[in-house]
Amino acid sequence: MARLARLADSRLLIPVRLLGLTALAFVAVGIFLLLFGKNPLAAYRAIFAGAFGSTYGLSEVVVRAIPLMLCAAATAIPARIGLLNVGGEGQLHAGAMAATWGALTLGFLPRAALLPGLVALGLLGGAAAALVPAVLRWAAGVNETISTLLLNYVIVLLVEYVVRGPWKDPLSYNWPFTPEFSDSARLGLYWGTRIHAGLWFALVAIALFYFVLRRTRWGYEVRVIGDNPEAAVRAGIPLGRYILLTMCAGGALAGLAGMAEVCAIQSRLRPGISTGFGYTGFLVSWLALHHPLGIVAMAVLLGVLSVGGDQVQISLGLPYATVNIIMALIFFVVLGSRFRAARTA
Amino acid sequence: MYLRLDGITKSFPGVLANCGINLEVDRGEIHALLGENGAGKSTLMKVLYGFYQPDAGTISVDGARLDLRSPSDAIRAGIGMVFQSFMLIPAFSVVENIALALPRLGVVPDTADIRERVRQYGARYGLTVDPDAKVWQLSVGEQQRVEIIKLLVSGARILILDEPTSVLAPHEIRGLFEILQTLRRDGYTILFITHKLKEVMAIADRITVLRKGSVVGTLSRDKATEQDLAYMLLGERELRTDTFSRRGRADGARPVLELESVSVPGERGRCGLAGVSLSLHGGEILGVAGVTGNGQTELGEAILGLRRAAHGRILLDGVDVSHATTARMLEAGVACIPEDPLRMGVAPGLTIAENMILTERRRFMPRGGLFTDWRAIRRAIEERIENFGLTIPRLTVPVGTLSGGNVQRLLLLRELSRRPKLLVTFYPTRGLDVAATRMAHELLMMARNGGAAILLISEDLDELLDLSDRLVVFSRGAIVGAFRPGEIDTVDIGLLMTGAKRHEWHDSPASPIPAS
Amino acid sequence: MLASVLEGGIRAGTPILYATLGEVIAERAGIVNLGVEGAILVGACAGFITTAQTQSPLLGIAAAALAGGAASLVHAFMVVTVRANQIASGLALMFLCLGVTSFVGRPYVAVKINAVAPLAVPGLSDLPVVGRLLFSHDVLVYGAYLLAPLIWLILFYTKWGLALRAVGERQAVAFASGLPTAVVQYAAVVCGGVLAGVAGAHLSLAYARSWVEGMSNGRGFIAVALVIFATWHPLRAVLGAVIFGAVFALQLQIQARGVALSPYFLDMTPYLLTLVGLLLLARAQRHTMPEGLKEVFEGLK
Repeated sequence: MARLARLADSRLLIPVRLLGLTALAFVAVGIFLLLFGKNPLAAYRAIFAGAFGSTYGLSEVVVRAIPLMLCAAATAIPARIGLLNVGGEGQLHAGAMAATWGALTLGFLPRAALLPGLVALGLLGGAAAALVPAVLRWAAGVNETISTLLLNYVIVLLVEYVVRGPWKDPLSYNWPFTPEFSDSARLGLYWGTRIHAGLWFALVAIALFYFVLRRTRWGYEVRVIGDNPEAAVRAGIPLGRYILLTMCAGGALAGLAGMAEVCAIQSRLRPGISTGFGYTGFLVSWLALHHPLGIVAMAVLLGVLSVGGDQVQISLGLPYATVNIIMALIFFVVLGSRFRAARTA
Repeated sequence: MYLRLDGITKSFPGVLANCGINLEVDRGEIHALLGENGAGKSTLMKVLYGFYQPDAGTISVDGARLDLRSPSDAIRAGIGMVFQSFMLIPAFSVVENIALALPRLGVVPDTADIRERVRQYGARYGLTVDPDAKVWQLSVGEQQRVEIIKLLVSGARILILDEPTSVLAPHEIRGLFEILQTLRRDGYTILFITHKLKEVMAIADRITVLRKGSVVGTLSRDKATEQDLAYMLLGERELRTDTFSRRGRADGARPVLELESVSVPGERGRCGLAGVSLSLHGGEILGVAGVTGNGQTELGEAILGLRRAAHGRILLDGVDVSHATTARMLEAGVACIPEDPLRMGVAPGLTIAENMILTERRRFMPRGGLFTDWRAIRRAIEERIENFGLTIPRLTVPVGTLSGGNVQRLLLLRELSRRPKLLVTFYPTRGLDVAATRMAHELLMMARNGGAAILLISEDLDELLDLSDRLVVFSRGAIVGAFRPGEIDTVDIGLLMTGAKRHEWHDSPASPIPAS
Repeated sequence: MLASVLEGGIRAGTPILYATLGEVIAERAGIVNLGVEGAILVGACAGFITTAQTQSPLLGIAAAALAGGAASLVHAFMVVTVRANQIASGLALMFLCLGVTSFVGRPYVAVKINAVAPLAVPGLSDLPVVGRLLFSHDVLVYGAYLLAPLIWLILFYTKWGLALRAVGERQAVAFASGLPTAVVQYAAVVCGGVLAGVAGAHLSLAYARSWVEGMSNGRGFIAVALVIFATWHPLRAVLGAVIFGAVFALQLQIQARGVALSPYFLDMTPYLLTLVGLLLLARAQRHTMPEGLKEVFEGLK
């Protein structure tokens, strides 16, 4: 009975409260819009119309939710041992770059050989980008939040460099992008929408995250570290190894998101493959209290906002930043309401 | 009556810490508050210091009623307190720490004036301390003096000292008592919290005994005997000095643990280990005495693989484990009771069941934990707990909801039921009350008689003399003496601990401890 | 070339110095504010809009300071009153400021303004080399380099500095000494925000003389890292800020000289330099870190 009560307390109530908080954030942004003489109701309507008004809108919500889920996992996995990885954006770009390298140099391979290779490259690229801050933290005690933030700038600039320099499409005149990938390097799209196989990657990754955390000794050790690192070390749990492991696992998933973006959506590498998915994914993870199932729900919610943001831009001439403000306000409200105690999955 | 507490009642969720307490103290009196842990002494004094607001009751000084809403109100009323854990900033100099306590500080503090006042107090009351030293460089005794100077400069006339002797060596305690007597002569009123009868008899003018949040009685020292006080302190419980049945250990066997001139670099302000050699056999308790911060922690942590030895070798059953990880040491049969169980030994947010398998993860969660049978684990743990005579609510509640004593018991149960060949215990009874302490002692003795080798790191000399088969004294990271209980008394140990005296006797240098 | 790099370093280092000094104050009180990145943006935006509307750069600077302080007040509230995670709250503030400024600042993107003009110090600016190097800047530059010793004096020689540092070292001790710890922390964070706002004003009103969305470009994060290099000391922050300013200035120099090095690599240098600095210094500076920050920077969670 008490177990049930706790269940209700920790799991069932959270979505309800989150919805309440989201509503609150909407009200706050409404006041903000009013201050600038805009009609908040029209903005709300545009957001919902954009996301739910058409099958296209709905499918786009899913398309956005894919990288958001993966990038949220990139934050949530290290967060489980208490690390704050804000490097999703850089790790996504690193994965995209690694996959692009594979697609451009191995494009002649048949699809069945190439695609798994590209997935692996995406994972590796992201993991490599996360390895740097992980090693810095483990070996030199450098705070991982600062290092991942700084690396984001570096990696995005590196993408800028390669698409204008060595990997530039020779036929593109002055456009900064790589040549288009061969067909064998493309992820399949479904149902005539832009929904792609990355959806399965994301769902499998989230399911795996949940399973490992709840059902394996690794997950048990991660939960002990997350609860009390000192006791974990004294019980012989190798903290350093878990810092490297969780950061790289997270980075790998963000890298996978990058691979999916270039291989399914863009078919080439270019600047701006991500509209801040790494950062929005960070928000998703916090809104979901780093809980795997919550991540799915919150990725969809922010996917709705993101698609709605486009609509707000098109139909009302309001900047996309409007939805960024909503997201940041929700983040504040979640941080402020102290139910992070329910972090135990 | 100078200071009067009337009907003080204070409760915390689930605990009635003080229940209608009356207390009267004269001006210029040293008044001892005697009670076991959890008797409510500290709570009462924190109420007097404005740290807690009482649920009911009044406080008055010189007949004027006080309304103390915060420590600063208390300071203004001339009441000051030295907490058990000092309220000093280690990175600040003594002068800076004292400036913080000054009630009327100029925008640009006059450090020369403060330095001068520190010197004056030092000369007058024996509170000598270097005003320009950083606090982290000072010994515990010196830090305590800084705390007392802080109270004096802030104008306190009523000084509350919370267990001031628990961190001091015996001869330092004598020094403190002399300081307190000088202060009394100058009209300061001193409230002295302790649970040690001997100290009360040595220093107090009057004694108030607390038990379970209520006053049992107030006596003046000349009318009290230790027996009376002990009876008041413990109530109906039988008073029995700890005597243990010791089974002799098997001779001739190889030591379980050997250290060969092990050195560990010290961190800032600590001394590390400087070439320590010792050996420890199965069925033996080796006590490690020393003032906190003289290398005992480093010793234990080096053995557990939590710190690396820079020089020397550590052997477990004759195998070199100097570079073994903590995980390997645990698997090799080494167990540890940390000094602060809740902070170091358990994950408070995880359930009791999850915590009880923490140091035996691989056994309970084989094959990556994919097929862990939690129900079977819980049954096994329940059985253990029952055999142990513990009452624990449910195994599915978080450990953080248990009392400190119960966490300590669970930890002892967890580690001892692994049947370790070597047990390293850090201050195993720090913060435990009499009953819990006795239980911990009995368990350690049982483990010893069962053949475990036990390294007992403690600051409680009585505990060390009661339990140890052999005893080493640490000072500045080195062994300064090795004895059997009975060969030495607490005062001499204290002198060794603080480096005031070096032991003249030396065994053969290769093995400073005769392994009889 | 060295002289012009140094001169550029002093100029380009100014916003970083303001932000770093502000963060020194906040962190000395035990609060890390990654929201400085956002406070710089808010300052740059508010300063630019005010200047564009009133033609007065001075009013612009005042507005920037106010806006930066107000933004940081949000962080102070979240961290001191609500006790939210410092790092997360700082990032949330950064997101919020990024959103708000790109919303509010959009109409001003290509607007021209009356920028903060250089103010040569009479007499001194005519000195050879040094005159151009040190005494031909705008008033915000002088302000920054004069502020550093002032903050140093306040931190280490006044009772306010003592209180601030005590709160940052051990809050419980400061509280037991009767200090209003929450007030101290609010004040420190808001002061830090005001300085970050001024940093933004220098960026948009004197350095770039334009408003671009997200124009702070991680300078706030660099400032947070610089505080670590500077061992939480305002005078050492000056050195760090000039070095980073010089790196920014060097980029322009190299590009102007047509050196065959991709500008993207040049753009990376400040971030990489910060990372290398952290790698080399983070552990060495550990013991000078105010104790209250250990949990934030090194604790897990």
